[in-house]
Amino acid sequence: MRAVTNIVIAGLGGQGVLTASDIVADVALHAGLDVKKSELHGMSQRGGSIASDVRFGREVFSPMVAAGEADFLVVVEPDQLSVNAAALSPSGIIIEPSQFHAEKLRNKKCLNVALLGALSRHLEFSPEDWIAAIRRRLPEKLVEVNLEAFALGRG
Amino acid sequence: MKDPHIAAPERETDATSLTGTAQQPIVELVNGDEAVARAAFDAGVSLGTGYPGTPSTEILETFDALGGVAQWAPNEKVGLEVALGVSLAGARSIVTMKHVGLNVAADPLFTAAYLDVPGALVVVSADEPGMSSSQNEQDNRRYAVAAGVAMLEPSDSQEAYEFTLRAIEIAERWQKPVMLRMTTRICHSKTVLRRGEALSIPPPRPADFKRNIPGRVMIPAYARPAHKRLRAALAQIAAWNETADVNRIIQGSPALGIVTSGISYQHVREAAPEASVLKLGMTYPLPLELIRRFVSTVERAIVIEEGDPYLAEALRAAGIPVEGKAEMFRLGELNVTRVRRILAGDVSPEPELPPGKPPTLCPGCGHRSVFSALRNLGCIVSGDIGCYTLAVLPPFEAIDSCVCMGASIGVGLGLRHALPPEQAKRVVSVIGDSTFFHSGITGLVEMAYNPPPTGHVVLVLDNSTTAMTGFQENPGTGRTLDHSATAKASIEGLARAAGIRNVHVIDPTVDPAAFERLVKECLEKPELSVIVARRDCLLAARTIREYERMNARCN
Repeated sequence: MRAVTNIVIAGLGGQGVLTASDIVADVALHAGLDVKKSELHGMSQRGGSIASDVRFGREVFSPMVAAGEADFLVVVEPDQLSVNAAALSPSGIIIEPSQFHAEKLRNKKCLNVALLGALSRHLEFSPEDWIAAIRRRLPEKLVEVNLEAFALGRG
Repeated sequence: MKDPHIAAPERETDATSLTGTAQQPIVELVNGDEAVARAAFDAGVSLGTGYPGTPSTEILETFDALGGVAQWAPNEKVGLEVALGVSLAGARSIVTMKHVGLNVAADPLFTAAYLDVPGALVVVSADEPGMSSSQNEQDNRRYAVAAGVAMLEPSDSQEAYEFTLRAIEIAERWQKPVMLRMTTRICHSKTVLRRGEALSIPPPRPADFKRNIPGRVMIPAYARPAHKRLRAALAQIAAWNETADVNRIIQGSPALGIVTSGISYQHVREAAPEASVLKLGMTYPLPLELIRRFVSTVERAIVIEEGDPYLAEALRAAGIPVEGKAEMFRLGELNVTRVRRILAGDVSPEPELPPGKPPTLCPGCGHRSVFSALRNLGCIVSGDIGCYTLAVLPPFEAIDSCVCMGASIGVGLGLRHALPPEQAKRVVSVIGDSTFFHSGITGLVEMAYNPPPTGHVVLVLDNSTTAMTGFQENPGTGRTLDHSATAKASIEGLARAAGIRNVHVIDPTVDPAAFERLVKECLEKPELSVIVARRDCLLAARTIREYERMNARCN
């Protein structure tokens, strides 16, 4: 396992970027790891670009992923890839909707969680850890549809 | 509404609260704002007040959600004054604001520092290096020095919690207000908060009025000795700070010693894991002897700080030989990459990141009809702070100035006074409802008092919420912070009371052409007009209706 895992989740305001990063951070926290998560809100509420950094490991200092050091770049909105490409490390992995059958989503708003399903294949946490985090972080009525989305993304 | 007369909110007793022990602490992932609110609640703060502003807004919202008594004030000055009153009564208060809010609250702050304040008064200043949602990136550490107010700077949520408790303790020990200086990355980053051990600070005292005229009435005869007492208190706090556990040394290689505070500390630990680090928790008054000793033990000493070279200047003035950062790093936030550059003395141009998609006025937003009309009429628009500032971007490009809360009215009047009549007649001031209550009312009074020869037109865009910061209530919504019913201030009523003759209320979206005609008519008259363009914020409308239904049932 890496000393610190760096993940950047990017999209537009209203696409669930912050919810997705909350779920990742929750999984890591419950695995007993140190976790930091950072983003800038404010203007992003009005449909602008938004990116959230999640970092976890034994001990994490800066809450921000340094340029060129993201192990994973998760893009909810494909056109935000170029905006955030500089975050990715040379060996970093891009997670985007084209990598699974996003068109099969029952509710398009669950794309953020489906992408976490795709991301989860690369991380050491078990599917049960993810499912538990989704249950903790989302309102009850949204849990089932999001678990489906997660399974779709995980494949 | 909760009763502010309860001296201290009752502590929660459920499993998510203070049931942790030293062996089994409660572990949560919270942001800095939430941590401050949690500490204020745990410490029995009687009243939290402030004005919404990114990145500080969530402190009072969380304090309310936890069960604390929290209020939105019309502006930061009033908020600080209310908090001061609470603390003069002997109870604990916290007042929250963004950095520019402290400009508004500066007047009471500077003299509150002279007063003997028996209950803790914690002033939270949430600074915005990098300006994610602000008009400037002023460094409010300067305010602590200028006002003579002790200042703590947390570097993560754990410290935001602990330093809030510390601020309360210090405030009551020296009977002086204490500033908690946060920055965006502290406020909005989630980090692990462990709570478990019993609170180390004494419980709050019940509020009780004790007369202390020389300590509270700042006429010159009492203010002169009060200033002397303030300086004596600061000297004592500085001495305390020399050995206080809010400052820490991380012993590393003697080759490099870094003096730092706040979020910069986190970047430093990562950029230079081998370095010796002196992390300052209280950055005013400074523990100069501690710093001097640390610097003398290392071969190269450098200050890493975001914003102004505040620490570097203070240390050099004290004769402590430290390097600072290059001027280019005064601008914007620091991060690990930039700290590496500072340490390496690399001042080569930094790569520019591709611009993201800018925010826009929402499709269907009522402000859209307003700015279409102003654009069609060729108006010169003196703008203000809020969602509507987004009308400066394409496709509208219909804002010509934006300075600070309330400035639209004064600046618009100045333009009217100076411009040739054919231009002056096209000037309008545009201000939102919350901004109007914050700082627009005195502008209207000025307009009636010193009217320009061509008259003037003020548009108050009333969307019934404080939208930009996340839909907070304000004096015009008729609801308090927790959305319960209260008196509803009338914009049109205030305009009439100020002496404005032409006051119109219109929904600009019902008939945009009629709205445009109304603005045109007002512009053509050499008179004073206020047009209240009233339309609920599209994003908040449903919630607003729910609050209204809920409050109607309660009455």
